[in-house]
Amino acid sequence: MKTLIKGCVAAILLATAGSAAAVTTLNALFMTQAAYSEKDIRAMTQAFQQAHPDVQVNLEFVPYEALHDKIVAARGAGGNGYDVVLFDAIWPAEFSKFDLLQDVSSRISAEQKAAIFPGAMNTVIYNGKTLGMPWILDTKYLYYNKAMLAKAGITALPQTWQQVMDDARVIKQKNIVNYPLVWSWSQAEALVCDYTTLVSGFGGAFYHNGKLDFTSPASLQAVKLMKSSLDEGLSNPASREYLEEDVRKAFSNGDAAFALNWTYMYNMANDPNQSKVAGQVGIMPAPGDAPGKAGAVNGSMGLGIATGSTHPEQAWQYISYMTSQPVQTQYATLSLPIWKRAYQDPAVTKNQESLIAAANTSLNVMLSRPETAEYSRLSSTLQQQLQQVLVGSATPEAALQAVNKSAARLR
Amino acid sequence: MLSLRQREQRQAWVLLAPMLLVMLLLTAWPLLRTIWLSFTDAALIGSSGTAPGWIGVENYLYALTDEDFRTSLWRTLYFTVVSVAVEGIIGVLVALLLNQQFAGRSLLRVLVILPWALPTIVNAMMWRLNFNPDYGSVNALLTQTGLIDHYRSWLGSPDSALNAVMFADVWKNYPLVTLLVLAALQSIPEDLYEAARLDGASAWRRFRAITFPAIAGALSVALVLRTIDAFKIFDIIYVMTRGGPVDSTKTLSFYVYQESFSYLRAGSGAAYAILMTLLCAVLITLYMLLLWRQRRRGSAHEN
Repeated sequence: MKTLIKGCVAAILLATAGSAAAVTTLNALFMTQAAYSEKDIRAMTQAFQQAHPDVQVNLEFVPYEALHDKIVAARGAGGNGYDVVLFDAIWPAEFSKFDLLQDVSSRISAEQKAAIFPGAMNTVIYNGKTLGMPWILDTKYLYYNKAMLAKAGITALPQTWQQVMDDARVIKQKNIVNYPLVWSWSQAEALVCDYTTLVSGFGGAFYHNGKLDFTSPASLQAVKLMKSSLDEGLSNPASREYLEEDVRKAFSNGDAAFALNWTYMYNMANDPNQSKVAGQVGIMPAPGDAPGKAGAVNGSMGLGIATGSTHPEQAWQYISYMTSQPVQTQYATLSLPIWKRAYQDPAVTKNQESLIAAANTSLNVMLSRPETAEYSRLSSTLQQQLQQVLVGSATPEAALQAVNKSAARLR
Repeated sequence: MLSLRQREQRQAWVLLAPMLLVMLLLTAWPLLRTIWLSFTDAALIGSSGTAPGWIGVENYLYALTDEDFRTSLWRTLYFTVVSVAVEGIIGVLVALLLNQQFAGRSLLRVLVILPWALPTIVNAMMWRLNFNPDYGSVNALLTQTGLIDHYRSWLGSPDSALNAVMFADVWKNYPLVTLLVLAALQSIPEDLYEAARLDGASAWRRFRAITFPAIAGALSVALVLRTIDAFKIFDIIYVMTRGGPVDSTKTLSFYVYQESFSYLRAGSGAAYAILMTLLCAVLITLYMLLLWRQRRRGSAHEN
């Protein structure tokens, strides 16, 4: 009898010891471009695993363009799929409709919420549900090449889009660069982001009396500017097949005087190892139609727990770590922290004074793209119609009318 | 008592059964489910608590009246016909060349096969770079040879994007035609040509009377295989243009993909997929017919 009890105790001890040492494996989905690089995310994850030896994180990286479909397909296929996913500001409406992410409202304290920029927090909230933690606080800025501007005799920075065009004209006339402006106008979300930045600068919005509206004066003005900049040869015609990385490469190669891009380009374009224009890179908020006005798009992204995850606790531990102020501060040259207090830290501000100054303006005027569960379809239509204008097969008026018509049909 | 032949037949069925069962499970079930889905308004991921509703042939009617679908269909047919024709012509010419005796022939054969051995994704990435408007090799080559006077945005213009993608597809796939035709060429005995030459037949005549009949079978198989593949074209487009600009490279497969995965409309996505499958079935029938005719012709020869 005694030996039997002993045996039982030993077995129980062994079992508990086993479970204590058991490692939980998380599957996490990230993207390969913009903000934090794959290398950086691996380093962050490594540090997290060292602090939490009981959690193992498998990382998967896809291009931004594949991220949405990958998250959806993983759910559609059933099974556990991912535990932690990176999601864009435009998806919460759809993800909440289809119940793709866990509501984490109760995991974030009011105090924490207050410490985060409202623009960032908005990214992960839809209809009162909090679907994750904001991780990348981002918007598009106007980059300029200081040397080219100086060479053209331009002493003051442009205050409006009109002035940007005027400056571009001078730069082109003086043969400093063939196409002064470069954009990401490929048939992709990047095009919608550039368009939104312009609409925002012209004081527009996407809703009129609660209904989607793409025919506002600001919207027309934005599209006309895009088109005329191409017609005049001020914008690089290749913009129509460019994504953000192509814009960065063109600008870093000295092929553009102005470029619209996300935060991540600032330090990369200033890195002599991968840029011919290092030291010449200026950054400012994208302007508007009057001096003192700025335009910006909410391009933030968040980290959420997939509904199917069976390890929500560990997933949240991981998300909390990745979005924590120390980690965000450490990698602040790639993406600005979501935490207000971080901006008093010299580790964040040093050598990025002009980026922070631009961010101070831009992050406060970020326009969100429409919040609808059918955003993907709406965005495709918008991309297609905008490109019709850009290649000259439709007028801005007709194209925007067509977007309105198809927006009205959305369920 | 079963005859030997009957026993062999029975044994063949017994041995084939497991594979047939697996195939049935792997293809029949998804196919049946897709057919069922195509009659519903299902979303790819059911919103919590709602079951897909039965809507009959609505998805099909929508597809057939949808201009976007029809345009994608024509675009796909254009892609298929032109790229397969070009692959056929280049494939045969290169095979004829590689069938000649010359130094370095083996090396050249390996080089020719190389593009076909590359994964499609790599090939697509490579051509995306080659067509790059600022530093791509295509622009550099064409301006240096004086064929164009300024750099062009090949993948950014709706007039050239589809053709540029087709070029990349041809580059990768003509070696398959070459490979099959070359194998057929090597089975032609050299005495046939010698006899023809003695009879005074011209080069063209020799090609018509000897070469072409010998490679016709292999060529038709290669072309039909390529046709089926080209009709389903997706990966190269996904990497090179993602359907743009202005939808000018949006083929049927991409259309189905977008409907199902980007817009989450599994119902209509399934209907489009079924329509595509039916069109593909026509192509496969064609393939079977060709094979069958060829076999009959082959056995007629032997007799």
